[in-house]
Amino acid sequence: MCFGSFYHFGVTGPALAKVEGDTITLGSALSFTGKYATNGIHTQRGYDFAVDRINSTGGVKVGGKSYKLTVKYYDDESTPARGAQLAERLIQQDGVDFMLGPYSSGMTKAIAPVSEKFGVPMIEAEGASRSLFTQGYKYLFAVLSTTDLYLPGSVHFAADQKKSIGKSPSDTKVAMAFEGDPFSMDIRAGLVDLIKEYGMKIIIDDQLPADLSDMSTTLTKVKALKPDILIVSGHSKGAATAARQIDEMKINVPIIAMTHCESAKVHEKFPNASTGFLCPTQWVPDIDKKDPMFGTAAQWNADFIKAHPEYSSVPYQSAQASAAVYVWKEAFEAANSFDKDTVRDAIAGVEMETFYGDVKFGPDGNNIAKPMFLRQIGADGSYNLVGSFADLAYPRNVKY
Amino acid sequence: MLDNLQLLFVWAPIINLQVILDGIFVGAVFALSAYGLALVWGVMNIKNLAQGDFVIMGGYLALSLHYLGIPLPLILIIVVALMFVFGWGIYILIIRRIIDQDMFVSLLATFGLSLLLQQVLNLFYGPEVQTIDMKMGAYDAFDYMVSIPYSKVLSLILAAIITFCVVVFMKRSRMGQAIRATAQDPRAARVLGIDTDRVYAFTFAFNAALCGAAGVLVSIIWVIQPFYGITYSVRSFAIVTAAGLGNLPGVISAAFGIGLFEKYTGMILGTAYEVAAPVAILLIVLIIRQISMKRNRQPVR
Repeated sequence: MCFGSFYHFGVTGPALAKVEGDTITLGSALSFTGKYATNGIHTQRGYDFAVDRINSTGGVKVGGKSYKLTVKYYDDESTPARGAQLAERLIQQDGVDFMLGPYSSGMTKAIAPVSEKFGVPMIEAEGASRSLFTQGYKYLFAVLSTTDLYLPGSVHFAADQKKSIGKSPSDTKVAMAFEGDPFSMDIRAGLVDLIKEYGMKIIIDDQLPADLSDMSTTLTKVKALKPDILIVSGHSKGAATAARQIDEMKINVPIIAMTHCESAKVHEKFPNASTGFLCPTQWVPDIDKKDPMFGTAAQWNADFIKAHPEYSSVPYQSAQASAAVYVWKEAFEAANSFDKDTVRDAIAGVEMETFYGDVKFGPDGNNIAKPMFLRQIGADGSYNLVGSFADLAYPRNVKY
Repeated sequence: MLDNLQLLFVWAPIINLQVILDGIFVGAVFALSAYGLALVWGVMNIKNLAQGDFVIMGGYLALSLHYLGIPLPLILIIVVALMFVFGWGIYILIIRRIIDQDMFVSLLATFGLSLLLQQVLNLFYGPEVQTIDMKMGAYDAFDYMVSIPYSKVLSLILAAIITFCVVVFMKRSRMGQAIRATAQDPRAARVLGIDTDRVYAFTFAFNAALCGAAGVLVSIIWVIQPFYGITYSVRSFAIVTAAGLGNLPGVISAAFGIGLFEKYTGMILGTAYEVAAPVAILLIVLIIRQISMKRNRQPVR
C-alpha cells in the first residue's frame, strides 16, 4: 500500500500531469494504421481542428485562469488489444485524467473498461454501438447517436406511406438482410421493436455472412415476395454487394434503406440502382444548429475545408470529433475544477447546442438530444435530407 | 424456413428456375479452381490452402486491367498468362522445397502463402470490396421473376471454353500425358524419361492459371475483397473431397452439385448459411467414406 502510493508519486507526480502550467492534456488512442486508418485520421483532424479553435479563442477558463488544450495520441493499429494497452499507458504512465475516444465501436469496447477501471472520464465521438451503453459504465459519454437510431426513420416512412393511401401501417411488408456482427445486429434490434409496435410483417429476415460476395438468394426472395421496404446493413461490403445485385436483378422495392452508402460509394459505382436509397448519417452540414465557438453547421464545414482542402465533402466523423472536444471545454468550465469526479458529474450535466446538434447525455452516457438523419440519393448523386415522408421521393424513381 | 419452402414450391415455383440458374453459374466458377486443386493434390500431393487467394489475386489483376480499358477476352488471356508465370515462380520459391516433406509442411507453407497474398493485396488495393461492372444488362423472363445477367451467361460460356481446352490439353498434348503419367507413378515416369520436376512446376503454374481464370469470372459476376479467398479454398476442398482426385467429369458435376446445394440452402435457411453448405457437404462425404471404408475393412488373415 505504502509502496504503491510512493510509486504513484514517483511516476505521475512531477513529469507528466494532466494539467501542467496552463495546459490540459487529453489522451486518445486512435487508429492511424490498419483497417480503420482512414477514419482514424478523419477523427484526429476533427479533434485537432477543435483544439486549435478553442486555444485561439481564449482556451478553457477554470478558476479564473485560462488553460490551453492539447491531445496526446497513440496509434492503436486498429487492434482492440493494443488500444486497451495504450489506454492504460495513457492513464498510468502519462498521467492523463481526461480521455477522448478511439475510432469505431469495437475499439471503444476495448478501451472503455480501462478508463472505467481508473475512473477516468472519456468523451467519445466514434463508437455508436448500443451495447456500449448497456454495461453500466459511469465514465463513458458519447456525443453521437447510437446504432438503434440509424434506420427507424425508414420504417416510419413506410408506415406513413400506408397511412397516406388510407391503409393501416400493419399492412407493411418488411424485408431485412443484416450481417451477423454486433454493429449490424444492434441496428436490427432497434428496428425489430419498432416493426412489432406497428404490427408490420417481416417477410424476409436473412442474415448475411461476414465474407459476403453474393446475396442473390435473398434478393430472389425479395423479387418474389414484393416487400414494401427493404433494409440492408453489412458495412461497406454489404452496401456494395447489395447495390450491385439490386442493379443486376432489377429489384423494384419502393423504399430501400441501407447503412454505409457513402463509404461504399454506391452512387458512383451503380448510379442507376442506387437512386432513391435511404442512408443514415450522424450529421449533415445543412442542419440548422449553431454555437458560439464554431458558428453554424455550414460554417464549421466551410472552416474545416479551409483547414483541410483535400476534402471535397467532410466526413461526419470529423464533425463529431470536434463536438467531443467542445463538450470537454464546456464540462471543465462548468466543473471549475480538474478533479476527475467533479468533471465527470459536470459532463453528465452538460446540456448545449453545438454546430453538430444538441448534446445532452442520458443516464447511460449516450447523447439523447441529437437525432439521426436520413438522406436519400437523388438521380444526380446528390444526398438529400429527408425529414418526413413528404420529403421522400416515393416510390424510388428508378428505371432499369 | 417453412415460409421459404412454401415460397419455393407453392407460391412461386418459377423462382426455382432462378435458384437453379444461379447454382449453375456458381458451379461453373467453382469447377475451375477445384480442378486446379485436384490436379496439384493428385500429381504432387500438395494441398494448396492458398487456392482461394490465387482466385482473388486473379480477380484483382483483372480489375487493374479493366481500369486500363482492356477488353474482357484479352483480360482473361493476360491474367491466365500472368498467373501461370506467378505459379511457376511460387513453385521454384516454395513448393519445390516442400514437395517431398510430409503433409503438415505443405499445409503450413501454403497457409503462410495465403496470409501473405491477402496482406499484399490489402496493401495494394485496400480493404474495400470491388467489382468489375460490365454494364451488360440482364435478360428478364416470367414477368421479371427470373433475371439472367448477361455477365453470368458470358462467364458460363468462358468457363465452358476453358474446361474444354483443359480436357483436350490433358488428353492430347505431350505435357498433359506427362502430367497424368507422373500422377500415376512418378518413379516410372522418371524412368521413362519424363522430367518430373518440370512436370510439377508446370502443374502448379497451370493450377495458378486456372485459379486466375476463375478470379476473372468472379470479379465480373460478384465482388472481390482481399480476404474473400478462404471461401473459394473451402469450396474447392469440398468439391475435390466429394469428387475424388484426377477425375475431371467428377469435379465438374460435384461443382455444379455444390453450387445448387449452396443456393438452395441460401434460399431456405438464409444467405448466411450459403457459405456453410459446402462445409456440411465436406463433413457428410467424410463420414460416409469413413463408414464405407469400415465396412470393407477386414482383419488380415
